[in-house]
Amino acid sequence: MNELLNEFLVESYENMDQYEGSLIELEKDPTSKKLVSAIFRTLHTVKGTCGFLGLSRLEAIAHAGENLLSLVRDGVVSFNQAIASALLATGDAVRAILAQLEKTETEGDVDYSELVALLVSLQKPVSEGAVNVEESAKPDKAVSAEAKAAPVEAKAVPVEAKAAPAKAPVKVAPAAKAPTAEPEPKVVKAPVEAPMEVSAAKVQPTASTASTASTASTASTASTAKSPEGDSPSGSKASDSTVRVNVELLDRLMNLVGELVLTRNQIVQLTGSLESVPMQAACHRLNHITTELQDRMMKTRVQPIDALWSKLPRTVRDLAQLCGKQIRLETEGAETELDRTVIEAIKDPMTHLLRNSVDHGVESPEERKAAGKNPEGRILLRAFHAAGLVTIEIIDDGGGIKVERVKARALERNLITPEKAATMSQQEVVNLIFQAGFSTAEKVSNISGRGVGMDVVKTQIEKIGGMVDMSTEVGKSTTCRIKIPLTLAIIPVVIVGCRGDRFAIPQTNLLEVIRLDKNLMVETVHETPVVRLRGNLLPIVFLDSVLAIKTGEREETQHLVVLQAGDRHFGLVVDTIHEAEEIVVKPLGRALTAVSCFAGATILGDGHVALILDIFGLGSRASMFQSTRAANALEEEVKAQGVGTGALLNELLVFHVGGIRAAMPLDMVSRLEEFGGEQIEEAAGRQVIQYGGSIMPLISLSRALGFEESKPVDGRVQTIVYARNGRAVGLVIDGVEEIVRGNIEVQPAGRRSGVLGSAVIGKQITELIDAQDLVRTHASDLFE
Amino acid sequence: MNKTRQLCTFVLEGQTFGIHVDCVLEVIRSLPLTHVPLAPEAVCGLINLRGQIVTAIDLRRRLELGPLKEGKTARMNIIIRTSEGPLCFPIDEVGDVVDVEERLFEPVPETMTGTARKLIDSVCKLPGTLLLVLKGDFAELAGI
Repeated sequence: MNELLNEFLVESYENMDQYEGSLIELEKDPTSKKLVSAIFRTLHTVKGTCGFLGLSRLEAIAHAGENLLSLVRDGVVSFNQAIASALLATGDAVRAILAQLEKTETEGDVDYSELVALLVSLQKPVSEGAVNVEESAKPDKAVSAEAKAAPVEAKAVPVEAKAAPAKAPVKVAPAAKAPTAEPEPKVVKAPVEAPMEVSAAKVQPTASTASTASTASTASTASTAKSPEGDSPSGSKASDSTVRVNVELLDRLMNLVGELVLTRNQIVQLTGSLESVPMQAACHRLNHITTELQDRMMKTRVQPIDALWSKLPRTVRDLAQLCGKQIRLETEGAETELDRTVIEAIKDPMTHLLRNSVDHGVESPEERKAAGKNPEGRILLRAFHAAGLVTIEIIDDGGGIKVERVKARALERNLITPEKAATMSQQEVVNLIFQAGFSTAEKVSNISGRGVGMDVVKTQIEKIGGMVDMSTEVGKSTTCRIKIPLTLAIIPVVIVGCRGDRFAIPQTNLLEVIRLDKNLMVETVHETPVVRLRGNLLPIVFLDSVLAIKTGEREETQHLVVLQAGDRHFGLVVDTIHEAEEIVVKPLGRALTAVSCFAGATILGDGHVALILDIFGLGSRASMFQSTRAANALEEEVKAQGVGTGALLNELLVFHVGGIRAAMPLDMVSRLEEFGGEQIEEAAGRQVIQYGGSIMPLISLSRALGFEESKPVDGRVQTIVYARNGRAVGLVIDGVEEIVRGNIEVQPAGRRSGVLGSAVIGKQITELIDAQDLVRTHASDLFE
Repeated sequence: MNKTRQLCTFVLEGQTFGIHVDCVLEVIRSLPLTHVPLAPEAVCGLINLRGQIVTAIDLRRRLELGPLKEGKTARMNIIIRTSEGPLCFPIDEVGDVVDVEERLFEPVPETMTGTARKLIDSVCKLPGTLLLVLKGDFAELAGI
C-alpha cells in the first residue's frame, strides 16, 4: 500500500478514537470549549489530509461535521443529543471509509449524502448567527490586508496552515466571543484556503491574537501532519519521544532475542569449562545484557488497558440511550499495562459484560428514583495488578442479581438438583449464570440477548488462562471480577515427555502431577480407564493414544498429570515429567491450525521445538466432555417424554452391599474412602471415624437395608462419603463396582425405606439407594 | 536476447526439481525436526529457524516419491516464501541456480496423474535432464 495512505490511515484511526472519546466526554460536559476544540481539531486534521490525498467523499463528510462543530464551538448552535448522535455517526462513517480504504485503497461507493444533509440541517436553526458567520468568512478580500499585517504567517505551509490555527484557540480561552466576529487579524488564512473553509476561517479571529501569533506560525511551518498532535492542549501525547513501530517487527525482534538467549546459554555452557578469565568475564557481560534485553523487549509488547477502555464509553452511551437509562462510566487504573494480545482476547468478553451491566444491571431512572438512588447509574471499570495477574472489575450500582430468581431458573433448566440448590451459598448461586443454557432475561433484548450467553464469556476468559466471577449485593451493586494473566506470549508450563517427544502443558490447566505405581493404578470401568484418586474416580487418557503416537517406547514408570479444562477434570498419562519453565508461545503455521490438540509451539532451552498442548482440544478429542453433553441431551429427552419415574439419573455409582447390587446417583457421592477396620471408634453409641479433622459417623448401609452387617475385607472398610450442610456421614458398603452413564429406567419399588426403586443396569437388577432418606432415618440428629 | 527464468534447483530421490528463486528465502543445513502428531500427511514436522517456527513439508510424500530410505536423513532444507508464511522442504541435495530460457518450458504432460500434477507447474528441458518446476502455492504444497 501507498506509504502516505498507510500513514494517513493509522493516524486517522487514532484521531477517530480520540474524536469519539472526546465527544462522549462532551456529552457530560457540554459547555467545555476545550473539548469542542479538541473534537474539531481531530476531524479537521482528517479532513485536511483527505484533501491532500484526493479523498473527496471522506472530505465531504468530515467537512460537514466540521462545519457543525465550528458552530458549536462558537456557541452559535448549542450542543445537544441530536448533534452528538450525528457527530458520532460521522465518526462511524469516517471509520467505514477508512476501513474501505485499507481494504481496497478506494473510498467505496456508500452514499453518505443523508448524513451530510443531517449535519447541514443541524447547523441551521438556533440563531441567525450561523448565516452571518458564513458570509463574513467567505470573502477573500481580507487576505491581502492580512498578509501585510503578518507576513510571517503568510508563508506558512499551505496544507497545514489550517491545522495550526485550529488548535490555537485553546490556548486563548475566550473563544466564546467568536460570533460577534471581531475583524481582527485573520492572518493565517492563506490564499490557498478554498472558500469552503468557512469553519476554519471562523477560528482565526480568536486564534491569532498578538500573543499567540508566533506560536501559530511556528506550528504551521512544521509541514507534517503530526504537528497538531505535538502540542495538543491536553499535553498527554508525548509524540516527540515515541515512534510508531510495526508489531510484526517487534515480534521478529522478540524471536531474535529468544534465539540470542539460547545462544547465550550454549556459550555460557561451553565457556564454563574454559580457564580463560577474560573469556569468562565477557560471557558474564553477555549474560547480563541478554537478560536485560529480553526484559526490555517484553515491555515493548504491552499496552495500557485504556486502549480497550477508551472504546467503551461509546458502547455504553449508545446502549444506555437505547434502554432509556442514564449511565455514567468511570474508569480506574486505565494505565494498567497488559500484553496487547491479552487486550485483544478480552475485548469481546469485556464488551459483553459491560452490555450486560447496562442492560440488566443498572435500573431505569424511575426505578432508581423509587429506590432512593441517583437516577444516573454508575458503572465503574477498575483494573489493577495483583499477584502476577491483572484484575479487572466491572462494578455497577444497579439492583444486583436476584439470587432466588437465578436459583429458580437454574432448577427450571435442570442445571442443578433441588438438593444442591438447598445447600448452595449465594456466591455459588450467582455464579450459576455462567453455566451454559442459562439466561435470566425474561425477554430477549437485542442488546445482551444475542445468543451469546455468559458461558461464552467464561469460556473465552478461561481460554486465555483467566478466571471470572460474579458477586452481588442485592439492591446495591453487582461486581464482575476477571482475573487474567499479564501476557499470553509467555506462559508457565510443565514439560512432559511421551515416547521420546516433549510437550508443554500450561500451568493454568494443571492441578497436580502424580507418579503411577502400585498405589495408584489405572483401572477400567467399561473399557474406560480411570484412576481412584483420593477416593474420587478420575477419567484418564493416555497422551500417546490420543495423539496416535506409535514411534518410540513407553517408559516403564509413567506419570499422571491431573488437568482441568473448564469445570471438568481428567488425568493425562505421560512418560516423564521434565522441568517447569516459562516459555514463549509461538503460533503454528496455517498448515497445522486444523489440529485442535495444540495451542502453539515453543522453542526449548536446547533449541528444539516443543508443542504446547491445548487441554480443551485434547479433552474433546478424547471425548472427555461428551459424557456431560450426552447426559444433558438425555436429560432433555427424558424430560420431553415425560418419563414419570422422577429421578433423572445419568451417572450412577454401582456398588455391592449385603449381597446385592446397588447404585447411587454420582452427584450424591462426595467421595469414596477406604479405612482400616481398626480406625473405627465408638462415640455416642454409634460407629465413627476420624475424617478430615472431624468426626464422621458411619452408617452400615447393609444393616440399614435389612441385611447382615458388612464384614471388613482384608481389614479394610469401604465407605461412600455423603455430605450435606457441611456434615458428612460414611455409608459403609462392601465394594465399588463401576460408574455407569446413560438412560436408566427406574421401576418404583413400593415403600421401602432408603430405596428409590430398582433398575436394570448392565443386565443386572440393581437397587437404587436414596441416600437422603437413609440418612434422614438413621442419622436424623445430625442433619437438622 | 530471449527471456529467461531463474530457478533454484534441488535433488530429491534422484530427480531434479526447480523453484523460482524469488520464492526461495534461504537454503540451510538440515535442522532437527519436531514431529507433530495428528498433523496432515504432508507435514513432516516443525523446525526452529532462528526463533521462528517453520512448518516442514514432506515433498517426497506430496510428490509420491516414496519414503526416505531407512537410516538416511535429509541433508538440506530449502525455505520458501508463501502467501501464508514460510515453509521448509527437507531435500537431498541443493543444486545450482540456473537461468532457463522461456522457450525450454513445457506444460506438464497430460498423462501425468496424482498429487504431483497439482504441484508441478511445468517441465523444463535441460541438456541431459528434465527439470520439474514446482508451484509456490501454499495450499497445494501443504496439501490443505
